[in-house]
Amino acid sequence: MTEWIDTLVQGVLLGGLYSLFATGLALSFGVMRMINIAHGDFAILAAFAAIAIVEPLGLNPFVVLLVIVPLMGLFGYLLQRGVLNRTLGKDILPPLLVTFGFSIIIQNLLLVTFSADTRSLNVGELGTASIALGGDLAVGVLPLIIMGVAVAVLAGLQWLFSATPLGRAFRAASDDAEAAQLMGIDNRHIYGLAMGIAMAIVAIAGVFLAIRANITPADGPARLLYAFEAVIIGGLGSLWGTLAGGMILGVAQSVGLKADPGWGILAGHLAFLAVLAVRPNGLFARTRDR
Amino acid sequence: MSNQFEVDNGRRNVVKALGGLAAGTLLPAPWVHAAPNTIKIGYVSPQTGPLAVFAEPDAFTLGEMKKALAGGIKVGGKTYAVEFVVKDSQSNSNRAADATSELILKDKVNIVVAGSTPATTNPVADQCELNGVPCVTNDTPWQPHFFGRGGNPKTGFEWTYHFFWGLEDVIGVFTSLWGQLPTNKVVGALFPNDSDGNAWGDAKLGFPPVLAQKGFKLVDKGRFQSPADDFSAYIAEFKKNNVEIVTGVLPPPDFANFWAQAGQQGFKPKIVTAAKATEFPAAVQSFGPRANGLSVEVWWSPVHPFSSSLTGVSSAQLAAAYTQATGRPWAMPLAFKHSLFEVAIDALKRAADLKPESIRNAIRDTNLNTIVGPVNFRKGPVPNVAKTPLVGGQWKKTAKGFELVVVENSLAPAVPVKDKFEVIKA
Repeated sequence: MTEWIDTLVQGVLLGGLYSLFATGLALSFGVMRMINIAHGDFAILAAFAAIAIVEPLGLNPFVVLLVIVPLMGLFGYLLQRGVLNRTLGKDILPPLLVTFGFSIIIQNLLLVTFSADTRSLNVGELGTASIALGGDLAVGVLPLIIMGVAVAVLAGLQWLFSATPLGRAFRAASDDAEAAQLMGIDNRHIYGLAMGIAMAIVAIAGVFLAIRANITPADGPARLLYAFEAVIIGGLGSLWGTLAGGMILGVAQSVGLKADPGWGILAGHLAFLAVLAVRPNGLFARTRDR
Repeated sequence: MSNQFEVDNGRRNVVKALGGLAAGTLLPAPWVHAAPNTIKIGYVSPQTGPLAVFAEPDAFTLGEMKKALAGGIKVGGKTYAVEFVVKDSQSNSNRAADATSELILKDKVNIVVAGSTPATTNPVADQCELNGVPCVTNDTPWQPHFFGRGGNPKTGFEWTYHFFWGLEDVIGVFTSLWGQLPTNKVVGALFPNDSDGNAWGDAKLGFPPVLAQKGFKLVDKGRFQSPADDFSAYIAEFKKNNVEIVTGVLPPPDFANFWAQAGQQGFKPKIVTAAKATEFPAAVQSFGPRANGLSVEVWWSPVHPFSSSLTGVSSAQLAAAYTQATGRPWAMPLAFKHSLFEVAIDALKRAADLKPESIRNAIRDTNLNTIVGPVNFRKGPVPNVAKTPLVGGQWKKTAKGFELVVVENSLAPAVPVKDKFEVIKA
């Protein structure tokens, strides 16, 4: 029995990391209707940038978040205004192709700059610290922190979307870009801000990934798939859905792993397919496809 | 240099014009079109992508080779300049095959060399075998290379030669390592679902039968899909079975996940011997203080008592030169890259001429003391394969960071043991 509780708890905690990855994607997908193929690579880019700052200065990896998150946010805004806005239109292919190109460019830039070595952000004792829950049950402090941050980020976003003028503008641009423009909303700016926020969150995810395990320049694409699945399971437009999506994916994987290691990833994919078959718009969809 | 050979060159061109018109254009063979006075060595390596860490020593090694071969080499009494044509496999076996056929058909190389995992050596060797071009590879255990390409132990291959250790060696090293310490002999396995993991976990050829025979109990949950973010199912199983020894062959990010989660969930094995993940100093550094005490098989190290047949440098000197030139710590592939060119150049020097058959025959007769040990293709476990020595090492914390120290040499007594194998201190 404790074994199954352990499996569920670990799965839910894993879901925290997946939701962090998924949130940025959900945002750019939700507001711009743009699929960012380089999403995972941007996370790895942020992680390497964090490593480049932490190693020479000897900073705490959590402190570096204060630098890297605004930096990536600014980068996201400029990227959207400078490049990605030009690819948006009736055709969904140009943003796909351009971000695919970014994916390749980032991987190779990282390879040239940082070499192919595996790197990580070391948090010392905290990396293996845990809280005993009685019996054979123990949960890691780090996964708990990641989960906490994921919940906090989503709560913040939820508030931003539902209670602020900016959130209203996001929703307006998402629901009907042309009508929003008629109402005096500058879509280009709104899209830039959305991408900025998405990149800021992706930076958090990347830094946590590097703290949790270690990373190499080629690790980005593998992250994209889970993020995607979490977004689709949760449903478009629902931020809490993204959290649920990440957790469902995490739990499905750890239950699969428990049954047979070969089934771990497969179980995640099957859960995704099942949701897609039963509720094509996701479990908690708030936006409807145009 | 060109003055010296102009006459020769002219004669060659006349011969080519006469014979080449008839045969060369109708039956294009690689050597007919090769530039006179130049030997081309094709080199395929995963310079980008997930396997790129294996290719880190490439630039340094090629630089050393160019320096050593600046005066050219003599083949059949005639001096040739040596040119290297380097192609990136992008860590992809299809791309590796394409790169090889480009080398053969477009660049008309005389010989192809390649290294680093079955994803590189297998497709490269297959293309060479198909096109009848001599080929030397290393840095893939010989079983996945030989049997992975459908090799027949009776007949072998015609054009392609490979040198590295095999599964029997790594199993021997690991079990001898574990035998040095008192444990309950319960071994937990982390084998991914890839060519390495499947070979190591194979019920007939892998770890299971040998472990059973040597009195170890194996706890093997099955093959996981890499990259994996969650190892709690493995950890629970290992805890339940009271595992004291953990082994596996897994990529660094997977191992980092496992090792961090093991710490979080209070699983403390006495011995952790993980291939691949702990072979590279940079990866080990990234595990932080918890890298102390991890053990791994060692295919080469600066204390190996071998030196280069080409430049004469010792293992220690090669490692030092690499660190000085690049600012990076030594890694095992460094010497294997070097030895790849040692074997190729040695064969070319002994070849009667530059015909593919002559080069092939020279490779077949190789009996060379390289920087990774003796290479002799006639003494291998199967045709076309030579085995290099393998020992066991443990990462120990020193003032300069982590150092891989040789602690086991039962299969290769020539390599000196430097310290005792110890239990991981929590």
